[in-house]
Amino acid sequence: MSSLSSDDVRHIAKLCRLTIKDEQVDTFATEMSSILGFINKLKEVDTTGVEPTPQATGITNRFREDEICNDRIDPKDLLDCSGLPIMGNLIQTPSAHG
Amino acid sequence: MGSLSALSIAQAHKKLKAKEISAQELTQACIDRIENVDEAINAVVYKNFDKALEEAKKIDSSGMFDHALSGIPYLTKDVFCEEGVPTTACSNMLRDKNYVPPFDSTTTKRLKAKGAISMGKVNTDEFTQGGSTETSCYGVTKNPWNTEKVAGGSSGGSAAAVAADECLFALGTDTGGSIRQPAAFCGVSGIRPTYGRTSRFGVMSMASSLDTIGPLCKTVEDTAIVLEAISGIDTLDGTTGNKDVPHYVAALTGDTKGLKIGLPKEYFSDGMNEEVRQSIMDSCDVLRSLGAEIVDVSMPHTEYATPAYYVICPSEVSSNMARYDGIRYGHTIEKPNDLIDYYHKTRTEGFGDEVKRRIMIGTYALSAGYYDAYYRQALKVRTLIQKDFEDVYKTVDALIAPVTPTAAFSIGAHEGDPVAMYLEDIFLDPQVMAGIPALSVPCGFTKENLPLGLQVMGPQWGESVVLRIADAYEKATDWGERKPNLYERHF
Repeated sequence: MSSLSSDDVRHIAKLCRLTIKDEQVDTFATEMSSILGFINKLKEVDTTGVEPTPQATGITNRFREDEICNDRIDPKDLLDCSGLPIMGNLIQTPSAHG
Repeated sequence: MGSLSALSIAQAHKKLKAKEISAQELTQACIDRIENVDEAINAVVYKNFDKALEEAKKIDSSGMFDHALSGIPYLTKDVFCEEGVPTTACSNMLRDKNYVPPFDSTTTKRLKAKGAISMGKVNTDEFTQGGSTETSCYGVTKNPWNTEKVAGGSSGGSAAAVAADECLFALGTDTGGSIRQPAAFCGVSGIRPTYGRTSRFGVMSMASSLDTIGPLCKTVEDTAIVLEAISGIDTLDGTTGNKDVPHYVAALTGDTKGLKIGLPKEYFSDGMNEEVRQSIMDSCDVLRSLGAEIVDVSMPHTEYATPAYYVICPSEVSSNMARYDGIRYGHTIEKPNDLIDYYHKTRTEGFGDEVKRRIMIGTYALSAGYYDAYYRQALKVRTLIQKDFEDVYKTVDALIAPVTPTAAFSIGAHEGDPVAMYLEDIFLDPQVMAGIPALSVPCGFTKENLPLGLQVMGPQWGESVVLRIADAYEKATDWGERKPNLYERHF
């Protein structure tokens, strides 16, 4: 598909936890359709038998001991970055159930 | 004598070591320059001047100027976390709550250990997503050479600040050209190192498999100095390479003798900008006179790099931006209906349109129905682009090409046309796909007196040869010595 309808944009936005205002939906649909048209050029390339490259330098998993390193960052300082109320070691979020 | 802020790192280091100047005088000169000219270009978004002067005083007291970066003041793109320093990615998502990271990025930590002095944060496109700094919540950074033009992006604040002598160097990030393009537009030197040469820890991610960290500097020698200081394996970034870091400054021989340099024909088309084409042809003559052999080469998949980039990058953006949900940091809203409503409203208010577009395109490209057609196909094309480079490096030591299709474009030129903006990257994305190092060095000026950049590329981990070629070229020409005339124009 290389063109997106307004309903497509609303649906994708919902999956992304975004809300696109009604007056902006058509603009997003036009711009995103032009981007899809552009990336469709990739279909010209014959990639039969070609392996995908997820990472350019070929590094594979690097393992180390799972050590606690609280000396570097205090977890409390990380909690303080939240703009929501803090209760003990927890962030108080809005209810998941309304 | 001109302002101390106009010195290169190498020049300032000599004066600091000889006690001709102090770190406090040097830092104050940069602060004065920022106060004098930044209003005209809008490069600096956070001033950490008191802390910078305090650090400078400490270094002066110690009298230790053994490292070339001791006492050298710099500015940082607003995506590098520094303990206690507000960092916003130039996004309303983080600006509202003044996100203050409780830790340092590996890069700023390494610089601090060498005695470099961080003076504050410079402008970027929102979360580095853009090529002109026009998507920043603080407004566009203007080009010091012509304030009606963009400084480029996303590291536009870094490039403009260096070009305007507001600092001795600046840090940037390059995911799809975000160091090289602004460096070219502003007439400074900037390198995108091999992916994994520098640590990404503590730098806000855009596309994790593509993001790199690098310096923007007044000279190639300075670029070598900073790159060496920030390179190397980091246990906090599992994608850094376990490779020795060469002594880059020692690689600067001042000539290109014995080197074979490829000129890929795919970077030159009939309709290309004549001034850009001519600047590269002239650069070839200079490199020949310095001892290099220039040969024509072909890299057939070049034209597919930008489409592949604009699949892979947004796909990774859609994942990386998921962490901005208003819970652990950033924008919050009052009285949501429930948690899902809270996510929607914080993200909708916090993100700008380009970030939203990328999140949505990425989500679409990764969805079950389109994953193979877009994301997987893009990763396969990446393999072919990487093979183009591997093949060509069997016969040449390095490659040269233009950095950009034109000089800096006008502010607002691509408004409402994201694809036109993406096409500004066409010479910058192949290197990203291949994970190779590439550098921009000034190579001329247009009739409008706007700088142009020469791109020098090497094989993976081959920064030394890139820096050697660019340094020899720079020393044989005077393009990098020219300065924008900010004072006359604005005061």
